[in-house]
Amino acid sequence: MSNPLLEAHDLRLSFGSIQALDGVSAMLWPGEVLAIVGESGSGKTTLLNVLSGRVRPDAGQVLYRDPDNALHDVHAMPAPQLRALHRSDWGFVHQNPRDALRMGVSAGGNVGERLMAQGARHYGSIRDSAIDWLRQVEIGAERIDDLPRTFSGGMLQRLQIARTLATHPRLVFMDEPTGGLDVSVQARLLDLIRSLVGRLGIAVVLVTHDIAVARLLAGRILVMRHGRVVETGLTDQVLDDPQHPYTQLLVSSVLQA
Amino acid sequence: MIVLQTEGLSKSFTLHLQNSARIPVLHDVDLAIAAGECVVLSGPSGTGKSTLMRSLYGNYRAETGRILVRHRGNWVDLARADPRLVLEVRRETLGYVSQFLRVVPRVSTLEIVAEALTLRGTSHDEAIDRARAMLLRLNLPEPLHALPPATFSGGEQQRVNLARGFIGGHPILLLDEPTASLDAGNRDAVVGLVREAKAAGTAILGIVHDAPTRDAIADRLFQLTPIRAAA
Repeated sequence: MSNPLLEAHDLRLSFGSIQALDGVSAMLWPGEVLAIVGESGSGKTTLLNVLSGRVRPDAGQVLYRDPDNALHDVHAMPAPQLRALHRSDWGFVHQNPRDALRMGVSAGGNVGERLMAQGARHYGSIRDSAIDWLRQVEIGAERIDDLPRTFSGGMLQRLQIARTLATHPRLVFMDEPTGGLDVSVQARLLDLIRSLVGRLGIAVVLVTHDIAVARLLAGRILVMRHGRVVETGLTDQVLDDPQHPYTQLLVSSVLQA
Repeated sequence: MIVLQTEGLSKSFTLHLQNSARIPVLHDVDLAIAAGECVVLSGPSGTGKSTLMRSLYGNYRAETGRILVRHRGNWVDLARADPRLVLEVRRETLGYVSQFLRVVPRVSTLEIVAEALTLRGTSHDEAIDRARAMLLRLNLPEPLHALPPATFSGGEQQRVNLARGFIGGHPILLLDEPTASLDAGNRDAVVGLVREAKAAGTAILGIVHDAPTRDAIADRLFQLTPIRAAA
């Protein structure tokens, strides 16, 4: 099989006396979805931030393999190079779309901006591409000139996904992408993420506290507790036949609808 | 030609939340299934038939022993394989029809069935056509195809599950109670599908409680014997 796209080796990070990451290693291969689950304070969001280069670890290494097969140490990269990576090969979907979108710029502008940052210059083709992406996330073309603040929470999240995917990233980090949404809106978004990611062959690192979301989207799962990975493997195997006491507790604590 | 084989397969569950109680379920199971053969697991309730099926699919983690699957012309030991290889084996070689349908809430029945084909490289248009034909064959009328199956009856959901399981043409199929909530007419449709799959060289392992279906599809039975729970 192919080489990993992202490798994390023995990551450590403490905030004062709190060990947020305590020797975490992980691998991500092209086209796969890896879920990171655990309760609040388990270190899962910290891990996502360190993997994506947004937070520097005290120790350990994150390696990214570019399309030309060259390995880059994410935390040794000069800042402009890391920013360029975030604008092109990578994407980041925040739990709160307002953290990523420019609320004073039209929906089409939000998508087009990322294309322009990647070098697109022809206005007509940028607009066509923006319309196409809005359509793919089920936002009508007639909304292209509307400001995001006129959008519902679910639409904002879909707009953020369109903006992120417009540059055809190979790797997308997602932090609770369906958190804070109504269940009906959440179902629609899950379906959308699942079909887009599958069709475009994007690799995803997905942080979620909702193991049902992990089950629907992720092929592999990593269970975290107190800054450590307590269990990892095939998603349905870890959830249906958990080996670690903590995973058994996590799985048995889910309410049945 | 043998395509699925277990050697000394054992499985127990350790319940950490219940004083680490250990429940042994499978002990030293040696099973071999050839292409074109249908084997039905027999034995009373609680002998581990479903646990065996789930272990073979990698849904449960095998404790000791090997689970050998012929995949792309080579043997893969699913008990030790990397998760990504297990996913590839499931996509290409090993199909599973569970008792319960588990799908994304909003997706239409037609798309759910067609996905089993597109995952294996079929174009979307062709997948949709074949999915429609398969659903009709299992007596699910066309007006239902556009709806998500969440509101369907148990028997209808089971037929969606069967359509999804059979349409992919996996060389090995695991069937967990495929006819449990079906009426006689639909059971006959399933028997027809199994016979066709066997004729095409598919190896099938099933749990089938209803005797007429079992007698119609099984080439032989495989007996699982209960093991005493440790005190």
